[in-house]
Amino acid sequence: MPLNWKTGGLLLGLVFFAAVLLVKPIGVSTQFVILDGIIGDAVNSDLVTKVEEGWSSTNAYLAKSGGKYAKSVANPWNYSFLFVLAMALGGFLSARLRGGLDKAERTMPALWRTNFGDSQVKRYIAAFAGGFIVLYGARLAGGCTSGHMMSGMMQTALSGYIFAAGAFAAAIPVSLMLFKQEA
Amino acid sequence: MTHILLAIVLGLAFGVVLDRVGASNPSYIGKMLNLTNLNLAKSILLAIGVGSVLMFAGQRLGLVDVGHMSVKAAYVGVFIGGLMLGAGWALSGFCPGTGVVAAGAGRRDALFFVAGGLLGAAAYMVTYPAWKASGLLDPVGGGKVTLGAVPGATYDGLMALPGDVVGIVLGLGFIALAFALPERIMGQPGLAQPAE
Repeated sequence: MPLNWKTGGLLLGLVFFAAVLLVKPIGVSTQFVILDGIIGDAVNSDLVTKVEEGWSSTNAYLAKSGGKYAKSVANPWNYSFLFVLAMALGGFLSARLRGGLDKAERTMPALWRTNFGDSQVKRYIAAFAGGFIVLYGARLAGGCTSGHMMSGMMQTALSGYIFAAGAFAAAIPVSLMLFKQEA
Repeated sequence: MTHILLAIVLGLAFGVVLDRVGASNPSYIGKMLNLTNLNLAKSILLAIGVGSVLMFAGQRLGLVDVGHMSVKAAYVGVFIGGLMLGAGWALSGFCPGTGVVAAGAGRRDALFFVAGGLLGAAAYMVTYPAWKASGLLDPVGGGKVTLGAVPGATYDGLMALPGDVVGIVLGLGFIALAFALPERIMGQPGLAQPAE
């Protein structure tokens, strides 16, 4: 069972505050681009190259804003990338500390099973397709739930409010259509 | 070196807390988005409020560096991208951060989400020039703006109001909203809620 919402919300707020106090606001989705860049550069070493003023790329997105993404691809052990790797470790430790997930949950969440049955293939296709749309959308928007919605609205950024409006305007109707049975 | 250590400590803390509030479990995301269990929404609202009040109050007291703020640009693509993210979030039950945490927690479907995410991000990298040319990435409403002008920040304010005060007031508003939000809006309140 998750934490009581008051305890959980307070802890979550403290983490967002600690991040902006000590370093900078939390963000995640850029690191999917950085990992893509690392993989791409391993396959084709011409993707990211050293230039006079720093780093650049044959990919226009990696090269934008003075090559800041290209630079992170070239130096993956940077703050933002390690932060996201540490998040996965945090998930691992937390799940262990609360006794691990049972076998059924490891393949699919209960709410999905109640509404769409036991097919793993179906769930994995949905998760893959969802991941594709989520990250395409997050990169188009310039951030995700962490960076735009939480860090953004916390800083009173106009963009955070625009993003949250779009995200919930789609998420609530889609969820109401998909998940009619309660788990 | 300090930054490396901070990345690990803060990332770990964020991962653990996301898992403990239930955000890494797509069932809780689904129940929030189909409005049958809003406890996670209450946690998120409270977190935004607490973060906002502490940050802006800390700035006023001189304890928090205003330069640590990082405000993203507003443009039409933010809304379109938000719609896309929302649809995929509802379908999969994961967003980028919680997908990573859930993969760490041992959810196999989250690995498929992350793989799909890497492909989606790559697709955006390839199609970025078309978006750029469309003008949908051009700033609207002033681009990188906050609702009020934050003293000492490089960002403009959308309104001629003191941005730190706006942040504290809105933060308190988010906290109040967290308490005011009902636990559920849709469905029968008497229905059993079995544990994960």
